[in-house]
Amino acid sequence: MKKLNFRTETQAGRSGRRLALVRPGWRIPLALGGAALALSACNVTDFGMHTGATTQGHDIFSLYQTFIYMVIVVAVVTFGGLLYVLVRFGRRKGDQVPRQRHSNVKIEILYTVIPALIVGAIFYMSVGTENKVDAISPNPNLNLTITAFQWGWRFTYPNGVSIVSQGENYPQMVLPEGETTKVKLVSKDVVHGFYVAAFDFSRYALPGFTNYFDLTPNKLGTFVGRCSQLCGLYHAEMLFSVRVVTPAQFNAWLSSQGKGATA
Amino acid sequence: MKVEYRVYLGIGIFVLIVTVVYFFWAKEYGGAMMLFGTAGLGLLPALYLGWWKRRMDPRPEDVEEATVAENRGAVGAFPDHTIFPFVLGIGAFLTALSLVFGAWTAVIGLALIVFAATSATLESRRGGTV
Amino acid sequence: MTIAEERSELAHEPEAGGQHGPTGIYKWLTSTDHKVIGKNYMYTSLVFLMIAGAMAMIIRAQLVQPDGHIVSQQMYNELFTIHGSMMLYLFAGPFAFGGFANFILPLQIGAPDMAFPRLNALSYWLYLTGGTTMLMGFFVNGGAAAFGWVSYAPLSSYTNSPGPGPDLWIVAIILTGFSGIFTAVNLVTTAFYLRAPGMTMFRMPIFTWNMVVTGILILIAFPILTAAMVMLYADRHLGTHFFTVAGGGSPVMWQNLFWFFGHPEVYILALPYFGIASEIFPVFAKKPIFGYKGLVFATLAIAGLSTGVWAHHMYTTGTVLLPFFAALSLLIAVPTGIKVFTWIGTLWGGNLQFRVPLLFALGFLVTFTMGGFSGVMLASPPFDFAVHDTYFVVAHFHQVLAGTAIFAGFAGFYYWYPKLTGRMMREGLGKLQFWIAFIAFNMTFIPQYLAGLRGMPRRIPVYLVSDHVTFLNQVSSVGAFLTGFSFLIWLLNVWISWRRPIPAGDNPWDGHTLEWATSSPPPHHNFTSLPPIRSQRPVWDKNHPEYADYTTDHDGTPKKEVEPQ
Repeated sequence: MKKLNFRTETQAGRSGRRLALVRPGWRIPLALGGAALALSACNVTDFGMHTGATTQGHDIFSLYQTFIYMVIVVAVVTFGGLLYVLVRFGRRKGDQVPRQRHSNVKIEILYTVIPALIVGAIFYMSVGTENKVDAISPNPNLNLTITAFQWGWRFTYPNGVSIVSQGENYPQMVLPEGETTKVKLVSKDVVHGFYVAAFDFSRYALPGFTNYFDLTPNKLGTFVGRCSQLCGLYHAEMLFSVRVVTPAQFNAWLSSQGKGATA
Repeated sequence: MKVEYRVYLGIGIFVLIVTVVYFFWAKEYGGAMMLFGTAGLGLLPALYLGWWKRRMDPRPEDVEEATVAENRGAVGAFPDHTIFPFVLGIGAFLTALSLVFGAWTAVIGLALIVFAATSATLESRRGGTV
Repeated sequence: MTIAEERSELAHEPEAGGQHGPTGIYKWLTSTDHKVIGKNYMYTSLVFLMIAGAMAMIIRAQLVQPDGHIVSQQMYNELFTIHGSMMLYLFAGPFAFGGFANFILPLQIGAPDMAFPRLNALSYWLYLTGGTTMLMGFFVNGGAAAFGWVSYAPLSSYTNSPGPGPDLWIVAIILTGFSGIFTAVNLVTTAFYLRAPGMTMFRMPIFTWNMVVTGILILIAFPILTAAMVMLYADRHLGTHFFTVAGGGSPVMWQNLFWFFGHPEVYILALPYFGIASEIFPVFAKKPIFGYKGLVFATLAIAGLSTGVWAHHMYTTGTVLLPFFAALSLLIAVPTGIKVFTWIGTLWGGNLQFRVPLLFALGFLVTFTMGGFSGVMLASPPFDFAVHDTYFVVAHFHQVLAGTAIFAGFAGFYYWYPKLTGRMMREGLGKLQFWIAFIAFNMTFIPQYLAGLRGMPRRIPVYLVSDHVTFLNQVSSVGAFLTGFSFLIWLLNVWISWRRPIPAGDNPWDGHTLEWATSSPPPHHNFTSLPPIRSQRPVWDKNHPEYADYTTDHDGTPKKEVEPQ
C-alpha cells in the first residue's frame, strides 16, 4: 500500500481551520456545534464550499450560494410551519375529535404552483451556469491531454512534455493563471473521475469516449486533485496536484521540462 | 375497472410523450428505446384493462354504494399450505448458482423445479388445497 | 366468461380464527398465508438491516482516522459494495413491499389473501436465497464483489474483477429481482381484483395506493436490471462485448441501463414509506388525510416522471442531454413537495397524539425534507459537477433513503406491531430509541455534506489530513455508532414485548382503515365480518358515526341531507 503523504502545501489562503486542536474530550459534546464551527472558521457565506479557483468553478460556487439562500427561505417556511403545527396543535386535548377537514383546493393549488415556480427558477439559473461552465473556447491558450489509468494520471502538454505518476510520487499538473486551458480527458481502462475540489469541478474519464472541457484558473496556488469515481483497489490513492502559476512562470516551467523529460 | 385502466393509460401516454421529446431532442437511441419499452409497459396493461372494462358491468368493488353482502360466494381459491413454492425456490436457487459453481448444481436445481412445478400444477387441478 | 364470474367459481370459505394447519418450522416452510409471508419478509429484511448496519459500523470505524487500518482496502471496497447492495436490494425494498405491503395491503382493502399466494411464497424463497447468495461472496476465493452497488462497467468485467464473488453478486441480484417482480405482480393484481365491495380505487388507503404505484414501477424497472445483469454475466463469461470498448461495446451503456432501473428504484424504495407516513399522520392527528386525491396524483406523477430522470446520475459523463434531465429531475420536486405539504396540512388543526409511531414519522418528515433540499440542488447539473461522487451525494441519499427507510420503517413497525402480534411495544423505550436515532442519524449525515463540499470523494478508505475532514468524519462516525446503538434499544423493546406481552386489542390507535376492523393478529383469511365501506376510513366511520366522512363536507362541516348509515 502506498503511503499517503502529500508533500505539497494545499489550498493557499484557506488556512485557519484547526479543528483537530479541539481537545479530544470535547469532541463529542461539540459534535453538533462542529458544523457551525467549521463554517465560521472560513467565510460564512461560502457555506462550506470552495469558492472556485477557476472562472467556471466560481460560477458554480455562485450558483450554490444562490441555492443555499433559496433553501434557507424554503426551510424556514417548511420547518417553521411544521414547528408551528407541532407546538400549536400538540397540546393534549384527550380524545377530543378535531374538525374533519379533507381538503382545500385553493391551498393545494398554492402548494403546487409555488414549488413549480421555484424549480422553474432553479432550472433557468442552472441552464445559464451550465452553458458558461460547459462552453469550450475555440482558441484556447493551452491544449492539455489528461489520461487516467489504474491508478494514476498522465498530463500531456502540446510540446510533448508528459507528467505521469511514478511510484509513490503523485503527478503535478501545472496550469497558467488567467488563461484558458482546453482539457481532453480520456481513460485507458475503467471509468475514472477527474476531480479538483478547489475548482468545484469533476468530469468522468471514460474508456472509449473523449471528454473536453475548459479550465480558466484565476487563483495562484497548489490544489489537490483526485479520482472521484471508484476505479478499483487503489482508488483512494489516485491523487494528483494542480499548481497554478503566472503565464510567465508557466512558459519557463514548460521549456525547462524539455521534451519527454519525465515521461 | 375504469380507474385501474386510466392509471396505466396515463403512465403509458405520459412516457410516450417523454419518449417522443427525448428522441427528437437528445437524438440518443439507447435511452429512447428504453423509454419506448416503458411506454409499452404502461399501454399493454391499459389495453387489457380497457378491454375488460368495456365488456363487464361494474364490479361490487367499483360501486360506491355496494354492500358487503353483494360479494356472495367465495372471492377465490386460496391454497393454505404447500411445500412446493419452497421446493421451487430452492430449485431456482440451485439452478442460478450453476452460473457461479458450474453445471452440477443445475442438475439438482432443474430436477427440483420440474418436480415442484408439476406437483404444484397437479395440486391446483385437484382443487387447490392440500 | 367474465372476471366477475371467475371470482366466485371456487368456493373456499374463510375459517374463523384459531390454529389452522401445521405449526412450527413446517408451517414456516409451507405457509401461503400473506400474513406469515409478510412477517417472514419483515424479520428477514431486518436481519439483513442488522448485517448491513454492522458493515456500516466497520466502514465508519475505518474513517475515524485519515489512514485507518481497521480493514484492508480490498475488504473496505467489498464492505461498502455489499452494504449498499444489501440496504437497497435486501432491506429497504423488501422490508416495505415484501413485509409491510404483504401483511397490510390485503387487510386494508378487505381481501382474504394476496391474489397468488403460492407465487407470493415463491418470491419470499427467492428473496431469502438471493440474500444468502449475496453474503456467500465473503466466503469464496477472492472475496465479495468490490465494485460498488452500481457495478460500473468495465470495472465489473472479468479482467478487472475476477473470481466468483462478483458472479455471486450478479446471481443474488437476479434472484431478488425476480422475487421483486413476482411480489409486484401480486400486489397490483390484489389491489385491482380483490377489493371488498364498496372499496373503490379512490377509497383505497394511501398506503395501498402507494404500493400499487410501487408495483407498477417495479414492473417497469426490475426487468431492465435483470436484463443488464444477464448482459454483464455474458460479458464476463460468454465472450460478448456489450460493455467493452475493445469489442465495440459501450461502458456508458451500462450506466444508462443501470440507472434506468436505478432511478425508479429510488422511488420504489421511497414510495412505500411515504405510504406508511400517510397512514400514521392522520391517525395520530385524528383527522382524515389532507388532500387525498392530490396525494394520489402526486404519487402517480412521481412514478411517471421517475422513468425520465435516469441520467441525472450521469451528468458528469459528458454524454447526456443535461437540460432534459435537469428539467424532469427538478419537476419531481413538485409532487414530492406536495406530499410534504399534504402531511403538514394533515397535522394542521389536528389533535396530535405524540405516540412513538408519530414521532418516527415526524423524524422521517424532517430528514426526508432535508435530503430533498440537497436533492433539488443536485438536480442542477453545474452544482452536480462540483460534488458528484463526493460525500455530499452520500449524505443526500442516506438522508432521503436511509432516513426514509429507517424512520418511516420503524414508524410503520411500531404502528402495525400490535396488528402483527397482538402485543404492544413499550412507549418509553420507543421514545428513547427515537430520540437517540434522530439525533445520531443527523449527526452522522450532516457533517458528511460538509465533508463532500470540501472534496472528500465517496468510497475511499483513506483520506488526507490536509483535506480538513478528519473532525467531520469523527463526528459522523460517533453519530453512526449511536445510530447503531439505537437499534439495540429496539431489539430490547421487541424482546420485552415477547417476554412480557401487553395485549393490544383490535384497534389500539383508533385507526382509520380496514386492518383495524379485524382481530390482532388477524384470523386465517383475515376477516370474519367487514364494516360497510362508505369512505376512505371505514373503521373511523364505524367508531365515530357522528364524525363519519360521508356525513361531512370537504372542509369538515356536516352535510344536511345525509342520514348516518
